[in-house]
Amino acid sequence: MLGWYVAKRILLAIPTLFGVTVITFALTYLLPGNPALVKAGPLATPEHIREMERQMGLDQPVVVQYGRYVTGVLRGDLGESSMTGRPVLQDLMQRVPATLELTLASLVVAVLAGVPLGVIAAVRRDGIVDHVSRLLGVAGVAMPTFWTGLLALYVFFYALGVAPPPLGRLDNSVTPPMTITGMYAFDALLTGHWRALGSALHQLVLPALTLGFSVMAPLMRMVRATMLEVLESDYIKAAWAAGLPRRTVIYGDALRNCLIPVITILGVIFGFLMAGNVVVEVVFAWPGIGNYAVTSLMSKDSGPIQSFVLFVAVVYVLVNLAVDVVYGLVDPRIRLH
Amino acid sequence: MSDLLRIENLTVHFDTDDGAVEAVDGASFSIRPGEIFGLVGESGSGKSVTALTILRLLRPPARIVSGRIAFEGRDLLALAAADMRHVRGARISMVFQSPRTSLNPVLPVGAQLERVIRLHAGASAREARERALAMLRECGISEVERRAAQYPHQLSGGMCQRVMIAMALATSPRLLLADEPTTGLDVSIAAQILDLLRDLGHRTGASILLITHDLGVVAGLCDRVAVMHAGQIVETADVRRLFHAPAHPYTRALLRSVPRVDREFAMEPIPGAVPSLLAPPPGCRFASRCPVVMPECRIERPAVTLLEVDHTVSCFAAVTPVRAGAPAEGGDG
Amino acid sequence: MALGVVALLILVALVAPWIAPYDPDAPDAEAALQAPGWRHWLGTDLYGRDQLSRIIHASRVDLLVALSATAIALSAGIVFGSLSGYRGGWTDQLVMRAVDTVQAFPSFILAMGITAALGNSTANVVVAIAITHVPIYTRLIRGEMLRLREMEYAEAARTVGNRERRVVFYHLLPNCFPPVIVQATLAMGFAILTVAALSFIGLGIQPPASEWGAMTAEGSGYIVSGEWWIFLFPGLAIMVTVLAFNLVGDALRDILDPRMRGV
Repeated sequence: MLGWYVAKRILLAIPTLFGVTVITFALTYLLPGNPALVKAGPLATPEHIREMERQMGLDQPVVVQYGRYVTGVLRGDLGESSMTGRPVLQDLMQRVPATLELTLASLVVAVLAGVPLGVIAAVRRDGIVDHVSRLLGVAGVAMPTFWTGLLALYVFFYALGVAPPPLGRLDNSVTPPMTITGMYAFDALLTGHWRALGSALHQLVLPALTLGFSVMAPLMRMVRATMLEVLESDYIKAAWAAGLPRRTVIYGDALRNCLIPVITILGVIFGFLMAGNVVVEVVFAWPGIGNYAVTSLMSKDSGPIQSFVLFVAVVYVLVNLAVDVVYGLVDPRIRLH
Repeated sequence: MSDLLRIENLTVHFDTDDGAVEAVDGASFSIRPGEIFGLVGESGSGKSVTALTILRLLRPPARIVSGRIAFEGRDLLALAAADMRHVRGARISMVFQSPRTSLNPVLPVGAQLERVIRLHAGASAREARERALAMLRECGISEVERRAAQYPHQLSGGMCQRVMIAMALATSPRLLLADEPTTGLDVSIAAQILDLLRDLGHRTGASILLITHDLGVVAGLCDRVAVMHAGQIVETADVRRLFHAPAHPYTRALLRSVPRVDREFAMEPIPGAVPSLLAPPPGCRFASRCPVVMPECRIERPAVTLLEVDHTVSCFAAVTPVRAGAPAEGGDG
Repeated sequence: MALGVVALLILVALVAPWIAPYDPDAPDAEAALQAPGWRHWLGTDLYGRDQLSRIIHASRVDLLVALSATAIALSAGIVFGSLSGYRGGWTDQLVMRAVDTVQAFPSFILAMGITAALGNSTANVVVAIAITHVPIYTRLIRGEMLRLREMEYAEAARTVGNRERRVVFYHLLPNCFPPVIVQATLAMGFAILTVAALSFIGLGIQPPASEWGAMTAEGSGYIVSGEWWIFLFPGLAIMVTVLAFNLVGDALRDILDPRMRGV
């Protein structure tokens, strides 16, 4: 049954991915800002531009162009970056570990802070934690992430001097660890390169806190709301009546039921994380894919941006697919139906 | 015979923005060892609240205003929270209505049963498992090993209720609170569940407080009955006496509202609705619906009067011989 | 309270030219990088431009962009949502697949792509944000339509011979409004955050125009040298504005849509 559920879910993702490529194709080729014009440079003659258009296949019907675009994408051809002069896919893959490291660290921050706060806020409704976390939640969604990052930098780097300068993932004097996952903190841990580990974590703290804080609020709200609902349910009433200890009832029965719906919003949270990544990477000069997209923007090169958009969208679709599958795994009601 | 449970003058309020809702008002009754005691009344009469109060499971805005709940010689309302936990599920357990939602949806039913056994009997995992299976078998479930591994949504409502009963009785409690245990179940399944409750009650010697709105269930199962109306106990009697010589006009109205094949006249609904419990008027709360209401009923609350051994009533009309048993006078025809 | 803040913000935006103490674009070499003080309440930037005046003027841009984007998205959402919900069938299928596709992108990332493709201009930012918001309203109105069209008064309106379009627009749509208004208010806050973030990374509204996100970006360069007022105040303006819209949205939800209370 689970296999069927997963298969159905995967089949549903395919048209979505198709739609995604249609949109990125439209953004790349169909909109004003003739790519041939860009490629030929500002001094090109009209003949030169037409020649360029022919070379790039821009004189072909749209459907043919789209076909070429999709086959290119499937082969991993995302075009070249005029900024680095290298294939965009290669540029992206090189920067993915940095983004992944930041994203995972932020997710950990958000979950470690958001889930317990949400639970306590629900269990001790209208208590101090409930009020404080509501305040944090309201602030968390209203503060622009880039501004939170700048505030953190100002306080911890400039004023207190405890944070490192926002210049990437490692201190300049530290040699990076051997590449295994590409995530410095992990690699340093695996290879026992303690100096690199320390520096990597030191650099990671502020950006991860900034990004984690920005996505903590929706998570916390969701946990609190679900927990309140679960605590009112018949089976929790029955669990109290059976004399089960408070800890078992709240952290065993209630939390377990509460986390299932919470899993479903991890997909949404991931979307927020991807958006937040872009600005946080800019603020902290974090060399990830968001920073890459923004930097290529500066050099008026929109190709890498659209590839970045496509890449993120595909990952986002896959993450949501994974979330649904995990949901199916942990919820017996889906697993066995 | 000394009482297993004695509730004295219990009053429970729900605090709302508009004032206190007097959900239970001065209720008193007692349950003897081994008996099945029925608590009947329309919905909203305070039956479930009374049961939850016994286990001290009420949460704000509910508030126990006064009263005493003596169980095995101890006042439950004065017990420390930790001691109360050893009463819940161990000495007094409870079976709820809506069995399907009363089981945790993400745990196999067997596991839910086992952990209660381990908690209260201090049994090892192995012993708990054996006991759980034995208990399920005793509750009329076949293929217990397969059933134990299943989740609540895979079982029928009747099956879930059997599991709930197994869970409630697995720890050999002295008192079982059964709150409308057959609501939502098919009639034939409901009958099976009630039979099961009676058999297990007799076999284990546990007393049962059966909460129901169904007088048919009471007649078939209970030894003694308390009738509750608008938060007040209006009559308590031996079950045979209640059916043959009901003393309170509300009890009589309830009896007349039950469809019966052995009677010629049609069933009659009780006129009016349960009055608002938000700042209710003084006097008898049935006065506004009562066919034999007298002026004093609206002023003063009738005291509990002992009519005979095991038969008490709170009604001016019932103890005034001239008017008693003359419902036609009230004009409800 | 929050409603008051929103009203005040709109008022400030309307009368910006009259209340701003200085010309927001006028450089003043004498007054470069001044900390907040009596002459310049919120300080000045590198060119000596008055921060307070710039923030006041920027409110026009941010609010206008968010408002237009919301209005466009809402209109499109009403059309698509009612078509989809009322007609059903293949119209519904088509609209919902399109909505799914747009929602397959994290909305900010899609807004980035659209702005980058269309080119930097205020109008293009409006379009980008509007496109990413259309699915929210489409889904919402479709859901309400599905619920409402089964109701008796819709049936009644049809049986007395009203034309379909009339039924939708006069009888059903007004009933969708409570949740839609709540959603639109909350989306305003989100739209403002998006405008600011887009400008912060250099997309959309370009300096020297005054816009809160772009101003924060300009200020970010001065953190290492300690000129905190340049990044702090524009960001604060964003936060207060978004906060106000969110609180008004929450309050409206409590009043108009009790089903969602407490979530």
